[in-house]
Amino acid sequence: MSFLLELLVSGVVLGLIYGLVALGFVLIYKASRVVNFAQGELLAMGAFSAHFFLVVLKLPVVLAFLLALGFTALVGYLLERVFLKRLVGQPIISVIMATIGLAFFLDGLLHLTPYGAGSYGYPTFLPEGGVAFLGARISYAQLLALFLTLAFLFLFSWFFQRSTLGVAMRSVADDQMAAMSLGVSVAKVFALAWAAAGLAAAAGGVMVGTISGLNFDGLVHIGLRVFPVVILGGLDSIPGAVVAGILIGVLENLAAGFLDPYIPGGGTRDVFPFLALLLVLWFKPHGLFGTEEIERV
Amino acid sequence: MDLNPTRPEDLGPILLLVNNIEVVYHDIIQVLRGVSLKVPEGRITALLGPNGAGKTTTLRAISGLLIPEDGEVVRGEILYRGEPIHGRPPEEIVRLGIVQVLEGRRVFKHLTVEENLRVGTLTRKEVHLKEELERIYHYFPRLADLRHRLAGYCSGGEQQMIAIGRALLAKPRLLLLDEPSLGLAPLLVREIFDIVARVNAEEGVTVLVVEQNARVALSIAHYGYIMETGRIVLEGDRDYLLENPDVQEFYLGVAKGGGRKSFKEVKAYKRRKRFM
Repeated sequence: MSFLLELLVSGVVLGLIYGLVALGFVLIYKASRVVNFAQGELLAMGAFSAHFFLVVLKLPVVLAFLLALGFTALVGYLLERVFLKRLVGQPIISVIMATIGLAFFLDGLLHLTPYGAGSYGYPTFLPEGGVAFLGARISYAQLLALFLTLAFLFLFSWFFQRSTLGVAMRSVADDQMAAMSLGVSVAKVFALAWAAAGLAAAAGGVMVGTISGLNFDGLVHIGLRVFPVVILGGLDSIPGAVVAGILIGVLENLAAGFLDPYIPGGGTRDVFPFLALLLVLWFKPHGLFGTEEIERV
Repeated sequence: MDLNPTRPEDLGPILLLVNNIEVVYHDIIQVLRGVSLKVPEGRITALLGPNGAGKTTTLRAISGLLIPEDGEVVRGEILYRGEPIHGRPPEEIVRLGIVQVLEGRRVFKHLTVEENLRVGTLTRKEVHLKEELERIYHYFPRLADLRHRLAGYCSGGEQQMIAIGRALLAKPRLLLLDEPSLGLAPLLVREIFDIVARVNAEEGVTVLVVEQNARVALSIAHYGYIMETGRIVLEGDRDYLLENPDVQEFYLGVAKGGGRKSFKEVKAYKRRKRFM
């Protein structure tokens, strides 16, 4: 029982992180229909820059994390301003190729630093151990990640649902020309979406780093998990990203915990969630929460 | 063309002056060939004409929305309060106080009615959202009951109200309306135009309305222009246009001897006249 609970808790934590990173992806897709293949690299960048601020510059934890978020948001913003702005209105395949190119480029950049290889970890800033919850042990790192992802998710959804700027971003997603006619700067909205995506990715990266340490391939791998998550959730749905993130996180953990011992190769965590994904798409091709066009009858 | 005694200047100071503009799309397709018009402040000006005459292009040239369509003002100038504004991006134009309501309503379907309205306030610094929304609901009481409904599920008339309402929330000095009657039942068209007339009278918002439905547009307009194939062919105050035999014949569907003419007859006549 406590084994199941532990799997569930760590699955939910992992899933929330997926959800947060996927949210960044969804923002860009929603606003500009651009599929951002560089989300994993942004995540790695956030995680490693936090390490750099913490270990090399020896800044306090909170400050270092905030700086890492700000830095990655800035990178996202600049990527849009420098590379993608020129591609607005071009065929979607060119834009997709450009983001794949960006992903490789950022990959290469990271490999120029020592962070490209080997494993790193943040200096411990949390107390050892954790809390017991119905017989299951939850580490402080997991607890922190749980609270922080939830806080970020609430912050983002507040921003999009309530603030005027958030409403304006959604208006661009809905009808660009109409948004422009009301003075919304579409270029600024795109750049803002990329900045927000960078921020969300960095937040995810920092939390992964806190829970399980930093390793380039591992971090980028988490970035890749964004795709099944957003497809399951519906490409353009923010709540969908979160729900699907949790679903995939939990399924992964349950598969690894219960099925791996019976499979000689192990590794069911990489298969099982996708089986669920295919099943859902079978019945709901728009994903769980994807928008279907509104047609008046 | 016989001379009309009233000039736009007589109705108020000129807020917007379009001076001999030519517009080209994709560097090659010329749509406007020297269009000039004056919009007097505080009044309603109508720009009438058939499909494809270039009315929408004229509005887009003013509002800056030519840019996303790859159109360009290649000659002439557009002066707003004496200042040239052609070629500026739409968000700057909106900040200057010119807001266009697009043809076909174009509401944000997945946003609620109230969120649609809120987008209109984005360019402004000081916003008293609650009072301002109430002001819009005062003109469009029907929207008040629908405020939390998704705009995509509203009726055509309601969507037109949303489109005009959110434009008003940008506090325009000059409101550009593109075919507000499109696809609406006659009673609704009447209602919308009456509201536009009220907004003009009560808020002092200057209006430039593009319409194919000349009858309803001239019922509220103070001055009007008639456009055909990229040129202004006739202008004058409301009474002048309503009494002009050509306008009656082609745009109001009134036969020479009074009474209504069938659409078929008007069309045949119009085609003949164009050849001659």
